[in-house]
Amino acid sequence: MKHTLSVLVENKPGVLTRVAGLFARRGFNIDSLVVAETENPAVSRMTITVEEQDRPIEQVSKQLHKLINVLKITDLDPAGSVERELLLIKVKANAQTRSEIMQIVEIFRAKIVDVSPEVLIIETTGTREKVSAFLELMRPFGVIELMRTGRIAMSRGKRPT
Amino acid sequence: MRAAEVILEALKREGVDTIFGFPGGALLPLYDALYDSDIRHILVRHEQGAGHAADGYARASGKVGVCLATSGPGATNLVTPIATAYMDSIPLVAITGQVSRHLLGLDSFQEADVTGITMPIVKHSYLVKDAKLLPRIIREAFHIAGTGRPGPVVIDIPVDVTKEEMEYDPDNPPAMELPGYKPNLKGHPKQIREAARLIAAAERPVIYAGGGVIASGASEELRKLALYGHIPVTTTLTGKGAFPEDHHLSMGMLGMHGTPYANYAISKADLIIAVGVRFDDRVTGNLQAFAPEARFIHIDQDPAEISKNVPADVPIVGDAKKVLAALNAELEKVDLSPDRHLPWMEQVEAWKREHPLVIRESECGEIMPEFAVRKIWEVTQGEAIVCTEVGQNQMWAALFYTSRYPRRFITSGGLGTMGFGFPAAIGAQVARPDALVVDIAGDGSFQMTVQELATAVQHRLPVKVCILNNQYLGMVRQWQELFWSRRYSYTCIECQPDFVKLAEAYGAEGYRATRPEELEEILRAAFASDRPSVIDIRVKREANVFPMIPAGGTVHDMMEREP
Repeated sequence: MKHTLSVLVENKPGVLTRVAGLFARRGFNIDSLVVAETENPAVSRMTITVEEQDRPIEQVSKQLHKLINVLKITDLDPAGSVERELLLIKVKANAQTRSEIMQIVEIFRAKIVDVSPEVLIIETTGTREKVSAFLELMRPFGVIELMRTGRIAMSRGKRPT
Repeated sequence: MRAAEVILEALKREGVDTIFGFPGGALLPLYDALYDSDIRHILVRHEQGAGHAADGYARASGKVGVCLATSGPGATNLVTPIATAYMDSIPLVAITGQVSRHLLGLDSFQEADVTGITMPIVKHSYLVKDAKLLPRIIREAFHIAGTGRPGPVVIDIPVDVTKEEMEYDPDNPPAMELPGYKPNLKGHPKQIREAARLIAAAERPVIYAGGGVIASGASEELRKLALYGHIPVTTTLTGKGAFPEDHHLSMGMLGMHGTPYANYAISKADLIIAVGVRFDDRVTGNLQAFAPEARFIHIDQDPAEISKNVPADVPIVGDAKKVLAALNAELEKVDLSPDRHLPWMEQVEAWKREHPLVIRESECGEIMPEFAVRKIWEVTQGEAIVCTEVGQNQMWAALFYTSRYPRRFITSGGLGTMGFGFPAAIGAQVARPDALVVDIAGDGSFQMTVQELATAVQHRLPVKVCILNNQYLGMVRQWQELFWSRRYSYTCIECQPDFVKLAEAYGAEGYRATRPEELEEILRAAFASDRPSVIDIRVKREANVFPMIPAGGTVHDMMEREP
């Protein structure tokens, strides 16, 4: 089962290495990782998706708590949170295919962010599933390059993540 | 004030009076300040010695040990001691010199990424790039090392930082900034009540106590619990001395080389009260078959230990001393009659009678190692601080040196570091100048840190190294004998120095015992001396450590004695 851990850490040098190293050491493979400052510049948030395999995820989250620079860990419940990924894709587009691509972009509420004679760069955000579905529809046109971020997630309602 | 002086002043504020170290280029300003300081500096002969000595100092005293090494190779030589301290949760502050800030990251002379290298084996670490932060960081380092589950903290300081001029007011230290560090000391009252209920209802309870009891200073509370509840106690290797082993409720050590009765009791118990332990594989063997009939109360300072290896029925996170005191108070409300589990106590006694530890004095005129350890115990009246190396010597010491007090059995449990015992003994002797400190050593281990003889002689630290000399890397040889068809691949170390002459060359005293009947007299002479001594005890070469449960086995696989 996949877990999304939202981890608040002190914004200090070396904290990312400490966190990433701990996952590796304890035998957990990080699927995706997003790190950025929060509303408080002294604090960063890491959103980590990780697959639970042989050992319960609780093991790694308890070990994570022991890092002095880690402030708070939330194991986000998918139903109780909003999650997003961002995709940038460079796809081949000629006179015949361009309008078809634009229709799909419209349906997915994606965005064309760069146009040149033979390619388009398209941006889309959404859940992992939506981003993947969009990607599949783009593949037949010829994907030259794609980049996607890891997942960020926020818990629903008044309660902070 | 120069930052180097500020470091020393800040250390003094933390109660530091002794540092174990070895100088180097990146430490020149700090050593210049040490030259005038009233902090005692023990000059070792290899940085590994400094780290283990600081560790031994910490284990013997309960204070935070401090070691000092220069950048690059000096610091990497501390890696083994830091890992040793980490595995056994020993409070240690390791200060390492680093190249100047403008040289960082350029593969400069004697540069090593010390905070990077040590990351998996420290409780926390700092690379100090601003002298102004030193007072706060040193304060935090000692707080982190010594509180909660103790552990090593590294402070890596570029040499140019230590040369800076700065303001320092020892009476107004900066506040610590550790928003993410709040060890939970008090156990949850509801869980403590539940634990008391289980203890009162148990028919076959066993206390399984470890190093956490010693770290927390909870021996008295543990004793109360055992006595009030009439509960037999077994301890881990690092828990030796947490409960007096000469008490009738003691079953000695459990695990791979534990006593048969401790392991039998665990295998039949219906309740295990685990205090300050981590269910290490050397204790549990086959995890699925460990205490198969028992429920588990697990008391530990570290929430990550709870249910790591064995699921706890009643988890209690907190300081062992506080939790046990609360548990005892709870139990006093219940009437715990000694008769309530009389059959169990009789069973434990029967196991002790039927499966005692056997001490053979000699075979073919040769000294048996367990007899040597027992003699050391007799001559020291069980009062010495005993350090051990790692391997057979360690297990013989654990089995046959009956421990009565906490902080007097010092051994590398988790990491199993050969070469640990001798420098640790030096540290213990510094911490306890009036105590008799004995390192029960093997000839293999002792040769790993033998150069510290110079340290002991220079600083007049009269530690006694008792080598159980079998001219083998004995524990590996034992496994080769039992499990690898007696193919003694590279475990024979007959080519070795004359340890008596070696000791004398360093200015220490050397003794040798080859016959059982002369051992006592030689030990008495060596222990009476006020100088460091090496006693080369020639033991039967192929003696094995028994009892033994092979790795991953159960109590049913136990070999009680030589097959």
